[in-house]
Amino acid sequence: MPLVENARIVADRYVYVGDDEAIPERVPVIVTAQRFLADPDTLTRRDGSLGVLWPNNRRVAELAPWLGHLAMVALHFPKFRDGRAYSQARLLRETYGFRGMLRATGDVLRDQFHFLLRAGFDSFEVKKQADAHAFAEAASRYSVVYQPTADGRTPALRRRLGEAGPG
Amino acid sequence: MTSPLDQKKIKIAGPVVITANRVGDGAVVYRSPDGGWTTELGGAAVVIDADSARALAEVAVGDDLNAIGAYIAPVKLLPGGHVRPGNLRELIRRGGPTIELPAPLDA
Amino acid sequence: MYIYDAFDRRLLAERVAEFRDQVARRLSGELTEEEFKPLRLMNGVYLQLHAYMLRIAIPYGTLSTRQLRKLAEIARKYDRGYGHFTTRQNIQFHWIKLAELPDAVAELASVGMHGMQTSGNNVRNITTDQWAGVAPDEIEDPRIWAELIRQHVTLHPEFSFMPRKFKIAVGASSRDRAALRIHDMALRLHRDASGKTGFEVMVGGGLGRTPYLAQTIKPFLEKRDALSYVEAVLRTYNQFGRRDNIWKARIKILVHDLGAEAFAKEVEAEWASIKDGALALEPIVVAEIASRFRYPDYEALDDAPPQLAELRRKDRGFDAWVNNCVTNHKAPGYAIVTLALKPEGGTPGDCTAAQMDKLADLADRYSFGEIRVGHEQNLALPHVAQRDLPALWHELNAIGLTRTNVNLISDIISCPGLDYCSLANARSIPIAQEITRRFHDLDRQRNLGRLHINISGCINACGHHHVGHIGILGVEKNGEEFYQITLGGKADENAVLGTLMGPAVPYAQVADVVEDIAAAYLELRQRPDELFVDTVKRLGVEPFRERVYAAR
Repeated sequence: MPLVENARIVADRYVYVGDDEAIPERVPVIVTAQRFLADPDTLTRRDGSLGVLWPNNRRVAELAPWLGHLAMVALHFPKFRDGRAYSQARLLRETYGFRGMLRATGDVLRDQFHFLLRAGFDSFEVKKQADAHAFAEAASRYSVVYQPTADGRTPALRRRLGEAGPG
Repeated sequence: MTSPLDQKKIKIAGPVVITANRVGDGAVVYRSPDGGWTTELGGAAVVIDADSARALAEVAVGDDLNAIGAYIAPVKLLPGGHVRPGNLRELIRRGGPTIELPAPLDA
Repeated sequence: MYIYDAFDRRLLAERVAEFRDQVARRLSGELTEEEFKPLRLMNGVYLQLHAYMLRIAIPYGTLSTRQLRKLAEIARKYDRGYGHFTTRQNIQFHWIKLAELPDAVAELASVGMHGMQTSGNNVRNITTDQWAGVAPDEIEDPRIWAELIRQHVTLHPEFSFMPRKFKIAVGASSRDRAALRIHDMALRLHRDASGKTGFEVMVGGGLGRTPYLAQTIKPFLEKRDALSYVEAVLRTYNQFGRRDNIWKARIKILVHDLGAEAFAKEVEAEWASIKDGALALEPIVVAEIASRFRYPDYEALDDAPPQLAELRRKDRGFDAWVNNCVTNHKAPGYAIVTLALKPEGGTPGDCTAAQMDKLADLADRYSFGEIRVGHEQNLALPHVAQRDLPALWHELNAIGLTRTNVNLISDIISCPGLDYCSLANARSIPIAQEITRRFHDLDRQRNLGRLHINISGCINACGHHHVGHIGILGVEKNGEEFYQITLGGKADENAVLGTLMGPAVPYAQVADVVEDIAAAYLELRQRPDELFVDTVKRLGVEPFRERVYAAR
């Protein structure tokens, strides 16, 4: 499953660690929410980047106290039709001010790239190779947006008033 | 629509065909014995037991390049081998709406 | 009406290009149907019994003649010469080919029309009432707010994959002509005690298997907060609406399960963190959208010009038409003309390409180039000078659009039903047709008075049968079509769900039953001007049940 970041297929520096596995030293790791919440203080003090895979049916508010210590939050789309992680992403970016990496996992397809980027995702475990290769094209399909999100694009409502900024 | 394969046990009460809609134009089609699709009910593969129906449906559902929404539909077999739609819905699918369409005078 | 600007047009063009690409990838097999289906639904492309169906949004029911002519072209070129106006102010074409859709969609885009979000688990067409902007009892034009919300929810990155669809309606008068309370969310403009204008916000309405009327969760929302509050409601729904059962996935279930108060609390908590952010609407932003609504340059005319009264005295047909189809306008000397698309023996809401073209001509000459579509599946000419009514009537007569059955028993609201729709259990259109034939006599209809019949071919209730004065729901029993009949439903500001009258009735008997119900009403009403629905309210369904089922 190709990983796309900055519109390019990249190697994944992160390692998923199972709940029963030992966590390797100084390697960027992703642990489950369950494992993280069992001992967040130890995990956040560990030397090495830490990511948490958060389920889409739990409030991200629970994760909020530790966001400053997390390099990454991975959110999940069990099926692309299940759009809960879009709300989670926006809450993380816009309400909680999370600045780390936001990864989309699960059923991640080409026709959602535009929405995913706008919602604040910047790392994508893309399901299909062909979609990964088409990321740049698919992501730039829309030059006009109607809603303000954390991506900083200026919505049409504001551009009409002459407000500057990326559209 | 529920896929016919979602049912754990397929029960059929008589002869059935697999029907679907053609991808390009949405026309009503029936699975034919040669593994294609035909718009003629008379050319449809008719099966009479649940296992055959399931097998036929499985293959048909997988052929979504050509037809979509495949499901198992009842038919009536008349003397002489004629096949007729087995319920009102299939009658309407084959024959079109039961009402007169607004006359497109200059369509 | 709203004029698209360069931004709106560009977004639409980009959407068209994306859809063209998606269709190509589907036809080549690169996309499976499972992957393609939600994408085509997001563009209003359904698969029905005989063909694909394209549902085109008519935002808040407002059409320019240019757009109407384009719909006629689409009907001729890509369909079978007619279109169907729906109960949500949309239009449907029932014979569309997928392979031709990218071209059809591109042509629609050229006049600012599209099928975006007329299907799928997103926010659907924002509706108002068809007299918006011209009704005398409005406090202001609700369409400006409908347009603000429409833009906000279009291709919204967060709300394109919700648990289920979401329907919003906006009203601006105390008389509810937009059926606000059967919507997932409704905003009603009104004035508070100090005279300030704001919104009453209602959520959790919806028909279908478990019908509910919307409840008020915010009695007064400031205009500034309209978008942020809508956002908070949608975000709450997106996160907590059920996704395990398609029949329990609408917001009405969430509101009912949590209770309106708990739901409102959840919304308020979310809203608190965003209300002063980027979605806060300054007056200048609202003014900018409002400025792109073009209003007619009304002449200074007097009400009741003498030639009008004269013709009404001389011609009973004209008089009947004015009584039934013509209503007051907020501008003196003008009128709103309703055109019933309910001919005897016809399909409710259908309109041929030829009719569309002729109507476009009439709208250009008599209505400042504008037509309206109502959820009752009728059309309206919203800006007709009263002095033009005689001439307009003559021309409408010539094309058969002066039937004076508006709001009467033959002004039936009906879904397409099993003749078209793959979700249906029973037919609805032939039921409607037979009823119109039985009640073809207009004197008889006038005697019965205002009487709304709503027919749905399945529990999805697209015909809004729950809120019909007489509601008819098609069901299947042992392979036969049967119909459940409810009485006393209302869709207005006193909205109420209808009550089941008795056991389901077979197809062949429905029109007879409706005649029996009508006869019962005439017998039971206190005075000739007691409306059918009020007789039902006063007496309940029991006396109707007795009479209808006595001989069955």
